[in-house]
Amino acid sequence: MLYAILCYHDEDTVGSWTKEQDAAVMKKLAVVQDKLAKQGRLGPVARLLPTTSATTLRKDDPPLVLDGPYAETKEQLLGFYLVDCKNLDEALDVARDLGAANPGGAYEIRPVGVFQPGSVEP
Amino acid sequence: MTDTAWIDAALTSARPQAVGALLRYFRNLDTAEEAFQNACLRALKSWPQNGPPRDPAAWLIMVGRNVAIDDIRRTSKQEALPEDEAISDLDDAEEQLAERLDGSHYRDDILRLLFICCHPDLPATQQIALALRIVSGLSVKQIARAFLVSEAAMEQRITRAKARVADADVPFEAPGAAERSERLASVAAMIYLIFNEGYSASGDTAEIRALLCEEAIRLARLLLRLFQSEPEIMGLTALLLLQHARSAARFDADGAVILLDDQDRSKWNESLIAEGLALIDKAMRHRRSGPYQVQAAIAALHARAEKPEDTDWTQIDLLYGALEIMQPSPVVTLNRAVAVSKVKGPQAALDMIEPLASRLSNYFHFFGVRGAFLMQLGRNDEARTAFDRAIALANTSAEAAHIRMHLDRLQRDSQPRGKKAGK
Repeated sequence: MLYAILCYHDEDTVGSWTKEQDAAVMKKLAVVQDKLAKQGRLGPVARLLPTTSATTLRKDDPPLVLDGPYAETKEQLLGFYLVDCKNLDEALDVARDLGAANPGGAYEIRPVGVFQPGSVEP
Repeated sequence: MTDTAWIDAALTSARPQAVGALLRYFRNLDTAEEAFQNACLRALKSWPQNGPPRDPAAWLIMVGRNVAIDDIRRTSKQEALPEDEAISDLDDAEEQLAERLDGSHYRDDILRLLFICCHPDLPATQQIALALRIVSGLSVKQIARAFLVSEAAMEQRITRAKARVADADVPFEAPGAAERSERLASVAAMIYLIFNEGYSASGDTAEIRALLCEEAIRLARLLLRLFQSEPEIMGLTALLLLQHARSAARFDADGAVILLDDQDRSKWNESLIAEGLALIDKAMRHRRSGPYQVQAAIAALHARAEKPEDTDWTQIDLLYGALEIMQPSPVVTLNRAVAVSKVKGPQAALDMIEPLASRLSNYFHFFGVRGAFLMQLGRNDEARTAFDRAIALANTSAEAAHIRMHLDRLQRDSQPRGKKAGK
């Protein structure tokens, strides 16, 4: 089963990290990712640009274009992983590993329904 | 990240909102800052044990306010101080109360805090120093280092600036729409100043001063999160991101300036460029142009060019033309002339800047640019005179070194013809 691990964190806090702190977190996360990649379980990984660059399309009639992210919450969706796991427990283990590398915020774990790998290059 | 590093980041990010709210309660900058400091001290004690609160800013506002009120009571009535734990152990209900108190206000709180720092009586350098101290929470030592002055001198500068704004009458009611947009414009200008202070650094100090650029970007992003639909704030943020993206390519190992055409574009920061381009895209949709958006659009055209020869100079010329109308200034025309030289050649560009001579007679870049046009036209003696004048006006050693490179080239070019090197 594919699980999406959606990364939520307070953007103000993440934005206050120094370049060095940010790099240190990314390095720790890379260790967890490498492990998953070697087991052939890691799908696409994305870190999203700050929510200030987000635009929301409300599917009203007519559709409404709004500046900013969809949800006005303390913690924002900042990125996601796709990971192949046998079950929820395994997905939670992966999330715990990631969380140990990057504390604070929350991961939302969502089983994936339709997955098309696509073909875009980073 | 370690516990303390996480707490530091949380305190830094909560600072503008917390100090802004405390300022609204106490209407006094010193009291607000002291209350925030006290709340931070308690956070450092409490958070490692109890875990961080869900909403650090609300926690800090509540604790800061309680401590300050107790201090005021204690000094007026000489009462005993309540137990530390009693104050710092906030339950969820109180946290929610603080959030409700501040949710509707915090946008104006932060704007007011920033706005106080751009008081028109304060010279630009004091505005910047004050904002970095009060809003960003940088230490006096950090700010002094970034400004290349002694800590004592910076301490004095900030104290003086604070005394000035203390007497200023900034209203504490929620501002009306017109007032809010005026404040926003002043604050945007100040953030731009902070960035420029870092961006105009010379090569040998660029690394120290990059802190100013990063802080300006943080403040611009903060402002944009508060005012998500303001195209000029999108433009400002985009401009800073796109300019800062080139920072690793702007100086060589010896600290000498590398011009845009000669920069190693693989050293440009792709992620900052992507964010900047996304923001300028969003801003354009609003069809409410402004100087920051136009400048960002110019920076975006440079960022989009993979090689210098791919640069769309015709479009850049048009954008500078638009900027000249919005913000008439000889410096804008001078910049436009560089684009014109690429599109229509050096003679057209030279004709364009001649009328600026009297107004820019003490401006380093005027003579640098003029010398470059003259050199392209083969008028080497005149070029040399312009470059000599530029060196005399250089603000940094990197600027002077860059012009000297042109002079050396002129000298090399004139030698094969058997002439004596001009001096």
